[in-house]
Amino acid sequence: MSRLPTSPRRLGGTLSSLGSVLIGRAARTVTKLRGGGGSAFPGLVVEKLDPHFLARTLHRLPRGVIVVSGTNGKTTTTKMVVELLQGQGLKVFTNRSGSNFTRGVVASILEEVRLTGKLDADIAVLELDEAHAVHFVKAVRPNHSLLLNVMRDQLDRFGEIDTTAGMLRTIAAHTVEAVVLNREDPRVRAIAGTLDTQRVDYFGLSESLRSHFPSDDDFHSGPAGAADHPHADVVLEELTEGGGRFTIDGEAVTTSLSVNGAYNTFNAAAALAVVRQALGEAVNPQALIDSLSKVSPAFGRGESLTVQGRPLDLVLVKNPSGFRLGLSSFAAEGVATMIAINDNYADGRDMSWLWDVEFASLAEQGVRMVSGVRAYDMALRLKYDDVDFDAVEPDLSLALTRFLDENPDKPARIFCTYTAMLALRKRLSAYTEVEAF
Amino acid sequence: MAASKPVHVLQLYPRDMNIYGDFGNALVLQRRLQWRGYEPILHSYDPEDEFPEQVDVVIGGGGQDSGQDKIQQDLLRIGDKLHRLAEGGTPMLMICGLYQLFGHSFRTREGREIKGVGILDLHTEGTDTRLIGNVVAESAEFGEILGYENHSGQTYLGPGVQPLARVTRGEGNNAKDSYEGARFKNIVGSYLHGSLLPKNPAIADFLIAKAVENRYQEQIQPQIEPAGTGQPVEELTRAARATATRRPR
Repeated sequence: MSRLPTSPRRLGGTLSSLGSVLIGRAARTVTKLRGGGGSAFPGLVVEKLDPHFLARTLHRLPRGVIVVSGTNGKTTTTKMVVELLQGQGLKVFTNRSGSNFTRGVVASILEEVRLTGKLDADIAVLELDEAHAVHFVKAVRPNHSLLLNVMRDQLDRFGEIDTTAGMLRTIAAHTVEAVVLNREDPRVRAIAGTLDTQRVDYFGLSESLRSHFPSDDDFHSGPAGAADHPHADVVLEELTEGGGRFTIDGEAVTTSLSVNGAYNTFNAAAALAVVRQALGEAVNPQALIDSLSKVSPAFGRGESLTVQGRPLDLVLVKNPSGFRLGLSSFAAEGVATMIAINDNYADGRDMSWLWDVEFASLAEQGVRMVSGVRAYDMALRLKYDDVDFDAVEPDLSLALTRFLDENPDKPARIFCTYTAMLALRKRLSAYTEVEAF
Repeated sequence: MAASKPVHVLQLYPRDMNIYGDFGNALVLQRRLQWRGYEPILHSYDPEDEFPEQVDVVIGGGGQDSGQDKIQQDLLRIGDKLHRLAEGGTPMLMICGLYQLFGHSFRTREGREIKGVGILDLHTEGTDTRLIGNVVAESAEFGEILGYENHSGQTYLGPGVQPLARVTRGEGNNAKDSYEGARFKNIVGSYLHGSLLPKNPAIADFLIAKAVENRYQEQIQPQIEPAGTGQPVEELTRAARATATRRPR
């Protein structure tokens, strides 16, 4: 890249979108020629040369920008929002690559933009990592923000839960029109009090479901009283077999879902709320429900595979409340259970959280296999909860083979952390068709 | 199992000071007491609660800065009771936030002085740097101690306490000396969670031994084995410890 100008900042203001797009594409070509699959480099080049490229391009979209953030459920919820909007006949731009940094968004735009710099879309839906979202929203002020939750699994990155909550507050403060908040998360709910001009809508849970979704805060103190819960536009009333019953703007709607797990059903309420907020009167409610029932799970999040003729569920667990909910939303009876716990950077290195999950619900059936880098931490945890297990095998590949071979006729369920899931999925592709990442 | 020998475990402020799996410490104490034939009785004490009459072991955990604000006044209110227990040899384990507040003072980054309960001769200073990651430390009393730290307050020991351990990986009390935690009478203070007791049963058994000695004037059984099948708990503990020492910071 030595022929590129050496002082890009001076040039930045004068470049047209055409120039930025061409240079970005050239950078992409170079990256690909050199065998790199990464999306960050072309994004970096354009970001340096034309710092306003992103804001300028996205602000041309007739229906603006929706940002989805929070510590958990971003990927699945973003996918739902995109498909709900498509079901309303809109063309949607999204950062599909899973690269949720500003640079990744720029790179995604370069893939789809016309040479004039015009993006062929009506609306953008962007999944943003909390830490990067703060920079992003200062550059590109979103029209709508959907803020999901602040869970404890990010502590080794951000130090304190309250720090993470502060990042979500910044996103809300930089949102132009309106935000959607999770009524059930006290730190997210409190953001409403810090906003002056933005409209606030909520999604939430019925009172009967609240105890089913224990938060990290009320593990020891019991759920907060209903009194401080504002009205929610979309409420998940009940978990049904393979779906949920919602109240949407006062009307009861029951729908099946292709995604599994209670959290994903709650994410559906979040997606419905932000789409209703963004489209307002124009929304077609029936089409909304039809689209919702068809959304397939984002990769690895509540996936059901068929392996050697029996169902195998992958349940992603990243924090105490997620694991507790995973245990309570799937019955252990008649199922062979494996648990795989890694502590790589993307999982979080701190193992403390395993001690805030109660495993007694597994005691009767026991656990067939414990695996992952931190298999022995997990096994020790089970031991202190009087849960028996057949085997501990830290090597994921060996553990999976043995787990499948020794439990041939039963439905299987694997609770796994993020990088353990990646590894298991890769290995499972030898047995069944697994969507490529 | 003889359930006639109660041992009262007091958990301080579980509502606000319990963010790093500190519940694991309570669970390990209870189980290891049960396995030895005692009847653990867990008391949870939150602000304004009635302080239990019988206390054999006291444990406290870490919280957010906001959690410390919530409990600080109440902690000073029950300070005399805690001092009397400490002087009388009651075993205590204080982790992170409550370890800090068991000292004389916590000077925040903004220069505000938060008064501690003053049982441990140490003080803490707020910093802009967070010390985060896996820790390995050497203790003459307990052997190798393993855990995970996450704190922006840095603690300095006075002459009235001994360090718990010398850090071989990680930071410990502060970024200047290589000490981790504090030891005084039968009190263990530490920044390590993880939780601390599951992977460091020597400390758990020290607390239990002191509690049982105080109440029943007897020694605890060295050998324990829980009911159930599978690998013995000590074997799993060894394997989990071996993994922890190999993991990146």
